Amino acid sequence: MPIQQAPAGMDTFPKILRDHAKVRPDKVAYREKEFGIWQAYNWSEVNDHVRALAQGLHVQGVKRGDRIAIIGNNRPRLYWAMAAAQAIGAVPVPMYQDAVAKDIGYVLEHAEITAVVAENQEQVDKVLEIHDQCPSIKTVIYCDPKGLRKYEVPFLFSFSDIQEKGREFAIGNASFLDAEIDRGKADDIAVLPYTSGTTGNPKGVVLSHNNILCSSFNANEFEGLTENEEILAYLPMAWIGDHIFSYGQALVAGFAVNCPESTETVLTDLREIGPTYYFAPPRVFENLLTTVMVRMEDASKIKRSVFNHFLGVAKRVGADILEGRSVSFGDRIQYALGNLIVYGPLKDTLGLRRVHLAYTAGEAIGPEIFDFYRSLGVNLKQLYGSTEASVYVTIQPNGEIRSDTVGPPAPGTEVKIDEKTKEVLFKSPGVFVEYFKNPKATAETKTKDGWVMTGDAGFFDDEGHLHIIDRAKDVGTLKDGTLFAPKYIENKLKFFPNVKEAVAFGADRDQVTAFINLDLQAVGSWAERNNIAYASYQELTAIPEIENLLKENVEQVNADLANDPNVASSQITRFILLPKELDADDGELTQTRKVRRRIVAERYEGLINALYSNDSEAHMKAEVTFEDGRKGFLEADVKIIDAQTFEPQKKAA
Amino acid sequence: MNEPAAQAAGSHDKVIGDVMLDVNAITLRFGGVVALNNISFNVRKHEILAIIGPNGAGKTSMLNVINGFYHPQEGEITFKGNVRSQMRPHIAASQGIARTFQNVALFKGMSTLDNIMSGRLMKMKRNFLWQALHFGPARKEELEHRAFVEKIIDFLEIQSIRKTPVGRLPYGLQKRVELGRALAMEPELLLLDEPMAGMNTEEKEDMCRFILDVNDEFGTTICLIEHDMGVVMDISDRVVVLDYGRKIGDGTPNEVRNNQEVIDAYLGVSHD
Repeated sequence: MPIQQAPAGMDTFPKILRDHAKVRPDKVAYREKEFGIWQAYNWSEVNDHVRALAQGLHVQGVKRGDRIAIIGNNRPRLYWAMAAAQAIGAVPVPMYQDAVAKDIGYVLEHAEITAVVAENQEQVDKVLEIHDQCPSIKTVIYCDPKGLRKYEVPFLFSFSDIQEKGREFAIGNASFLDAEIDRGKADDIAVLPYTSGTTGNPKGVVLSHNNILCSSFNANEFEGLTENEEILAYLPMAWIGDHIFSYGQALVAGFAVNCPESTETVLTDLREIGPTYYFAPPRVFENLLTTVMVRMEDASKIKRSVFNHFLGVAKRVGADILEGRSVSFGDRIQYALGNLIVYGPLKDTLGLRRVHLAYTAGEAIGPEIFDFYRSLGVNLKQLYGSTEASVYVTIQPNGEIRSDTVGPPAPGTEVKIDEKTKEVLFKSPGVFVEYFKNPKATAETKTKDGWVMTGDAGFFDDEGHLHIIDRAKDVGTLKDGTLFAPKYIENKLKFFPNVKEAVAFGADRDQVTAFINLDLQAVGSWAERNNIAYASYQELTAIPEIENLLKENVEQVNADLANDPNVASSQITRFILLPKELDADDGELTQTRKVRRRIVAERYEGLINALYSNDSEAHMKAEVTFEDGRKGFLEADVKIIDAQTFEPQKKAA
Repeated sequence: MNEPAAQAAGSHDKVIGDVMLDVNAITLRFGGVVALNNISFNVRKHEILAIIGPNGAGKTSMLNVINGFYHPQEGEITFKGNVRSQMRPHIAASQGIARTFQNVALFKGMSTLDNIMSGRLMKMKRNFLWQALHFGPARKEELEHRAFVEKIIDFLEIQSIRKTPVGRLPYGLQKRVELGRALAMEPELLLLDEPMAGMNTEEKEDMCRFILDVNDEFGTTICLIEHDMGVVMDISDRVVVLDYGRKIGDGTPNEVRNNQEVIDAYLGVSHD
């Protein structure tokens, strides 16, 4: 049963930590690889460390309600600093460790930080650099003393200095800290992460102990996470996901958090630890798969054919076996054999052997990639969440996993779709209290009766699964009023390895059309294998065989769209293979390689007009910027390709 | 380097001690070529001394003389109070002089870890039979050395290449591994032959930081050859300038910068 309210007596994290130290004192709570060896800390040691630091912070003058910044890579000491802050009623503010001093300055100032716990010299330097603007900072604490010995800054202390002060203080005040911990309430602020807004300044999201606790507890129940899990904490501590997975859920269940040696060693550390619970963005899974495939290409012929054979078996029955559906005896034998000689060793190499729960989220994941991991027996699932929800909005339950949805509402969560804008709204025990010192933004995001607007558009399918299609502001309608979500279509196109970039048009028009950028590597090697000569990207786009290849891809997307009554009418009728690669230097992409829809539409207005005419060819002329900064023009005749569309149909279940 | 760090590095509150190495009237000839002509200078405990000069000035020859590769025809070297005219490399090493080379001289096929471990060889007491057995005291000894090497790996931030064969590493990292191997000897005097040659700005900044940290945290005395004037002026306490085998300058970076003879040597005034 999902809970809406944290149980009394265990309603804050410091209370839970104190309990762990009593119930499971010798169980490993944190591990950190240092000097080549995994150093372990059990719950009792962690409790001692946290208590010493909490008392030390008190000695430094940190008071209930003060905010303490935490900056650095995932380190046990930084997680302990969060617990220590909470123990005396202060609020930890985790910050992105790679942010430059200026950005850190904004948050330090806005949150009126009084103390900073920094990982190392790099972070301390940044804080000292902007210290003038933030006079509220009275104490800076560092974990790693390297390079800091010579700093003559009166308010700079090492982690152990502060702990020492705390221990001294405790000699005469033995009951102080327990009294402070007991004063904590479920509605106190637990953590204040700042969201990296794409526009404007970051906003501080106020999350209470009750928010984080309920969210963590409900997810642990739902997924059956116990004190025996192992997790690798490698994503930024400032990101709410890490806070829930490596702090909230870890403390609620009492499982072990492992911190990698350095950011460059994450893959090695992953293999050494073999986590049972794992999160990674789609990009990571994609890169891992590519590495495996590239290395298999170099393997001997026998190995390659064994690999391919068993991968075929896994593709056919792997997902069914994982979900406990009926599979023939012969296939089971084959799969078991494959597990012995291919899947097992492969998962071991990837560090996924012991994983019984893996999540991916953040953006759409390619169905091929998703199915690959599931067929190997890795229970990879998708979820949809946000900082404002303490992560969980929807989760895919075991047995109902699909690559194109983000699942039904998470336990204890209600989700609804705004009729008019298609925006996704949710309500849950994890819903944030408010934006810190920003009532205007709070009012814009959270309704009076507690619904939170996500800014994402989506719809529910017949099985009650949520599909996220695009940012709500980008979603439009075709002339006949049907839904048009460009990114949803583009993502479907981009799942094909041949397609590098796609831009769909159709808002306020009668049909959907698209520009497609080829993936030079994928299509180029296809051309080579089929003995088709080409000299440049531009030439490649004009080869009839390749036009046909892409036409098949587009029609497959159309067939896929036809299965979905919500988007069935936004099938692609006509498209062109753009002879120019979209480029950030020409302003067509952002620096993070996202398409700038408006600029593309302006630059290629002629082509778009041709797509909506009866012409079968169009002429384009576009200014291009070369790598050395010179400018030139690209002229080409572009063929317009018609694609077949399909009758909308009900999905056969 | 950002400001607080620069302040900390530039504060120079460290105590520069007595003369550790005294080079007295060294002359080195190769047949008719005079590589070093009556050179004298000293290195004091805990300082960073840079030897600079145009190509062919005799900088590397000077380092080779200090650690016993070359034997000068005239002059003597006093290291920690002991006079030696003919110092051999292994004696130099056992007395606490370690060095790195202009062209990286690592075991390319061995991992970073093994390369740095090889720097501990001087400190190992068990003979190779014991070590081959890897048993009892030999095992205990190796574990102690490994622990020390891990501290260096952590110090130089090369955890991610611990097990990578050195030959596969980019040049900048190889240089760092070589520094690691020299540090593994726990030297009192560290000779660095162009530690930043062939590096990009970022790698140079990293290397500067490591050199300063070594000097600061381990108290190691450092004598280095470097071409990058910015680097030299930034990190050294004292600079010795050589030109055509002669010493033409010796002093703090500022004194050397304003020395007319040095300026001439670098800007290329004719020597007649």
